[in-house]
Amino acid sequence: MKLTEAAVVIRSKNSGPYELTLDVIFREEKDFLRAKETQLFNRELVAELYRISPGDVLAIIDFAPAKAYKINIRRPVPAGGLGDTDVYGAQQHAPLLALELK
Amino acid sequence: MDEFRILAPTAILGYGFPEESFQAGMKRNPHLIAVDAGSTDPGPYYLGKGVSFTARRAVKRDLTIMLKAAVPRGIPVVIGTAGGSGGDPHVNWNLEIIREIAAEEGLNFRLAVIGAEIDKETVLDYRRRGKITALTPGPELTVEDIEKATRIVGQMGTEPLIQALDLGAQVILAGRCYDPAVFAAPAIREGFAPGLAIHLGKILECAAIAAVPGSGSDCLFGYLHREDFEVETLHPARKCTVASVAAHTLYEKSNPYLLPGPGGILDLKNTRFEQVGENRVRVYGSDYSETSPYRIKLEGAKKEGYRAVAVAGTRDPVMISRIEEIIAGVKEKTADNFPQTSYYLNFHVYGKNGVMGKLEPIKEPASHELGIIMEVVAATEELAMAICAFTRSTMLHFGYEGRLSTAGNLAFPFSPAEFAAGEVYQFSVYHLMEVADPQEFFPVRLLTVTGERKGTER
Repeated sequence: MKLTEAAVVIRSKNSGPYELTLDVIFREEKDFLRAKETQLFNRELVAELYRISPGDVLAIIDFAPAKAYKINIRRPVPAGGLGDTDVYGAQQHAPLLALELK
Repeated sequence: MDEFRILAPTAILGYGFPEESFQAGMKRNPHLIAVDAGSTDPGPYYLGKGVSFTARRAVKRDLTIMLKAAVPRGIPVVIGTAGGSGGDPHVNWNLEIIREIAAEEGLNFRLAVIGAEIDKETVLDYRRRGKITALTPGPELTVEDIEKATRIVGQMGTEPLIQALDLGAQVILAGRCYDPAVFAAPAIREGFAPGLAIHLGKILECAAIAAVPGSGSDCLFGYLHREDFEVETLHPARKCTVASVAAHTLYEKSNPYLLPGPGGILDLKNTRFEQVGENRVRVYGSDYSETSPYRIKLEGAKKEGYRAVAVAGTRDPVMISRIEEIIAGVKEKTADNFPQTSYYLNFHVYGKNGVMGKLEPIKEPASHELGIIMEVVAATEELAMAICAFTRSTMLHFGYEGRLSTAGNLAFPFSPAEFAAGEVYQFSVYHLMEVADPQEFFPVRLLTVTGERKGTER
């Protein structure tokens, strides 16, 4: 199953000027639990998707009340700093769209 | 009091709201109308430059409706992070708007103005005494960061707002403020549990963003009780659902379970969400504990220079396939022409990696055209514009291998091709400062605002 079919929200946003936070919210609890069981979101995968070092994947947290996963990564450039491409961090979610829920 | 009712008109003061939603909120007899006016999301410019990211007329429109409804009924109005960043110029800008509204509408009230700027000497002193800590993954604070900041604000908690209410303020205009505090402070003052009050504030500060369909330009209503709270939409097109409200808990936060703020931490590990009506959600179990020492967040921005940008596009497949080496060549020629000159030159290439930059996993563009923004930052506007103009003409006529389109490499949508984009700022302070007294840096000033039609109408 494609993640885009199982999720109702796949988004990114700043969490302060130094972090990007990616949220994936599932429609069904079973799909959220499936993602949890299979450890769909893990440090290595996120590092590979964003071409960053695993150390820059700051946290991966599941949040059952919202059937959601949260992934925090280090911003390559602080928000609004020279070289930034997305001041709000609102368009950094696309690499997650291609994932499959096994 | 068993129920404290709060009307949150909009996500950011100036983002607007439908008047019918607001009136539906007024019918529910709120004890408070509160709004968060700020965010660091729009970037460091607004804090550094001392201007608002919202338009004056939009803020005036929202505030006029709020004050006209609240003041005659004796409902307190609390505004946090005035002017978007909550520095002195931001607060004064909003104060001017409030005075104007009072005069035009004939409103009289006691207004508390709470400052949030902290002078650099104080921050330097606190740094020297080891009272300042970095917010990982941000860097440690340097003396230079402090000295170069055009202004530094501290984020106040609920205490200065409670003090203002104790002093008899009917309307509060606060500088940089912890977003939920404008909603939580009056409720905590009435004896409600801080965990529930702050969690409710976290949801209300974004108003209808926590609804479905979400909107930053619509109202949300909160009912705070002793053991729980409920949030409700006021527009028939929107609903609060367990999913939308729980999802909002994730929004713009690093950790959905533990949310630190000034002097305390909100703990949502035992929080439960329950649908209690078609458009209403009950929340309970949210906990709060005070943290010691009391820490406030500091924010500051420093000026980097002036920006000039040129916008162009290319439709040439050879140019597109060689875009990286062409950019490198243009950079080299620019450097040759401006030796011993300090400047920053960057190419934003849309259709390739303009949105994600270094994070972009797709390395080869598949697009038939590319959009290019040439960006220069330099010490003066004149220098930035000069370098930008040189870069633009160099790229237009740059000779590369396999070139067929020898009359010009770029399509410019505009004449002039380059624009002065104003001053450039960067966040230089984003740290925690340990304070002995939560009110020390947030002086409350009480003013009497008098409308022109004092006592004659209404």
